[in-house]
Amino acid sequence: MSLTLPLLFIAALSVGGFFIARSRAQSAAGGDIRKLASLPRQHGLNTALSTAIPALFAILAWLFAARLLSYRDAAPIWVPLAIMLIATLGFILSIMRVSVTFRARTAAEGWIRSLLIGASVIAILTTVGIVFSMLFESINFFSQYRWQDFFFSTNWAPNFRGNSDLGILPLLWGTLYISVIALIFAVPIGLFAAVYLSEYASRRTRSVFKPLIEILAGIPTIVYGLFALVTVGPFLRDYFAQPTGFGDSASSVMTAGLVMGIMLIPFVSSLSDDIINAVPQSLRDGSLGLGSTHSETIRQVVLPAALPGIVGAILLAASRAIGETMIVVLGAGAAARLDLNPFEAMTTVTVKIVSQLTGDTDFASPETLVAFALGLTLFVITLALNVLALYIVRRYREQYE
Amino acid sequence: MKDTSMTKNIKISANNIDVYYGEKHAIKDVSVQIEDKTVTAFIGPSGCGKSTFLRCINRMNDTIDIARVTGHIAIDGEDIYDPRVDPVQLRAKVGMVFQKPNPFPKSIYDNVAYGPKIHGLSRNKAELDEIVEKSLRRGALWEEVKDRLHEPGTGLSGGQQQRLCIARAVATEPEVLLMDEPCSALDPIATAQVEELIDELRQSFSVVIVTHSMQQAARVSQKTAFFHLGNMVEYDETDKIFTNPEDPRTESYISGRIG
Repeated sequence: MSLTLPLLFIAALSVGGFFIARSRAQSAAGGDIRKLASLPRQHGLNTALSTAIPALFAILAWLFAARLLSYRDAAPIWVPLAIMLIATLGFILSIMRVSVTFRARTAAEGWIRSLLIGASVIAILTTVGIVFSMLFESINFFSQYRWQDFFFSTNWAPNFRGNSDLGILPLLWGTLYISVIALIFAVPIGLFAAVYLSEYASRRTRSVFKPLIEILAGIPTIVYGLFALVTVGPFLRDYFAQPTGFGDSASSVMTAGLVMGIMLIPFVSSLSDDIINAVPQSLRDGSLGLGSTHSETIRQVVLPAALPGIVGAILLAASRAIGETMIVVLGAGAAARLDLNPFEAMTTVTVKIVSQLTGDTDFASPETLVAFALGLTLFVITLALNVLALYIVRRYREQYE
Repeated sequence: MKDTSMTKNIKISANNIDVYYGEKHAIKDVSVQIEDKTVTAFIGPSGCGKSTFLRCINRMNDTIDIARVTGHIAIDGEDIYDPRVDPVQLRAKVGMVFQKPNPFPKSIYDNVAYGPKIHGLSRNKAELDEIVEKSLRRGALWEEVKDRLHEPGTGLSGGQQQRLCIARAVATEPEVLLMDEPCSALDPIATAQVEELIDELRQSFSVVIVTHSMQQAARVSQKTAFFHLGNMVEYDETDKIFTNPEDPRTESYISGRIG
């Protein structure tokens, strides 16, 4: 028996319970609702939630238990019956409690709070689940492959017949090189745009420009990748790399970095704009009142005051750049290489995770398991950057509140 | 235009000033002659336009998009709304202290050195040190902070912060000092210190102070102007305003019946 019927049953009972409890509360009050400790609709809400929430939790509990016990068939008949029984019990008990003195509002708020706690627990558990799934497979990988070779070998040459070189260094180098180039493009442009928008633009210009810049953030990264592949890559090759003798590859670190930089501009500009706006007007007044110009005020008072927040914005953009895959595949290619030439094709950790897991996957050889070790390393790096960003942003907030 | 060097030494001469914030007519035809080396107080109920008028004197209203000022203000006979006048230069000459202490998130030293650095008032570090010490002494703050000049200015107490802001304004050597309710965020002890300071500053500057407190106006000022609903109702010697006002509106305000 599927769970559709109990779900419909819960929904119907819950909605019906709302109206029944409300009218019971009204009749208990005898026309004068001021006698009630809680309003009729609060009694209704309490009944609706008392019916739905425990039953929904029961469904979740069953799904989880079935997974743990590796139970693969449809649920036995007693499961939907038990769930409907729980719903009915909640319904009957809460209807019976409707009275003039019952504080239904407090009870309903208790249910809502449990709902909110449930939502946040799910988010946390998911993160924990992700970490553990990576961790187990990584441990598996390191039992088959020496960790010294993984972290310190400068050669990446996977071979599905075994005997591969799986050094992370060329991939980390590619990741960092591309991210740094992306930030070199994105940070000044984004920051200057933010200064213009928050300090110089009129309210009307701002209301037009800000959404336009934020459109950049809405473009799927695969579209950026296509842009890198057909436009930026050939352009850089024909006008910079070939004439200067740096090489003749259209896929290059520079291509991916440039396009990724464009993608990051709205991150930097939007966050910095908000932070610059949060600098108290009194500081600007104080500086202008001393006879400094608008630009002196921005350089010497506003930007230093906003600096911690701006650093936070840049670090968030950096962790975004490190995790980016699509732009790299299409813009920088898939060749793992340790090289200084920015017009050479290189690749990143994320791209190699994808390529190790596509095709022949039996999750037993070090060649596939290495993807999890790569993923975990990346996760640790971006987590560290995020924690650093949050720490800096928080310190900044304490300054003005 | 009116002759500004009549009997007494007139520093600021404002004639027929009107200010509009968008549609709102905030200041209605105000004229006032402010003397040099004198403390002039602007009193009146909230929203009467006294702060708005103060901000006309150093053209801080220019920084508000919707504000529009008409009329004529001259400092030492020079029209400050003349198109050739750079408001940035003007504000170096007319210092301002704000209602809420607003030290920059920099060290105490850098807060005071900010103006002199921008205007190039010192040629080397020693001169700058000297200006900072002198300004902090004039702000009656030197003794309290001389051992921690490189700690952040935001770490001082409210009263110390406000004296730091006064020292910061004094460091650029202005000719006029505008104070917009400088004590409204301070406790009585800090207020007394700032008031004492204002009295000393009178030796060197023309001080214009906006205040909510009539007692404060009576304590620190020599001349007082009473504002009501955008009009300047009465302007005279402080003693006269508080003992024998001419206008019935002034009389009701100082005796507590309106405002």
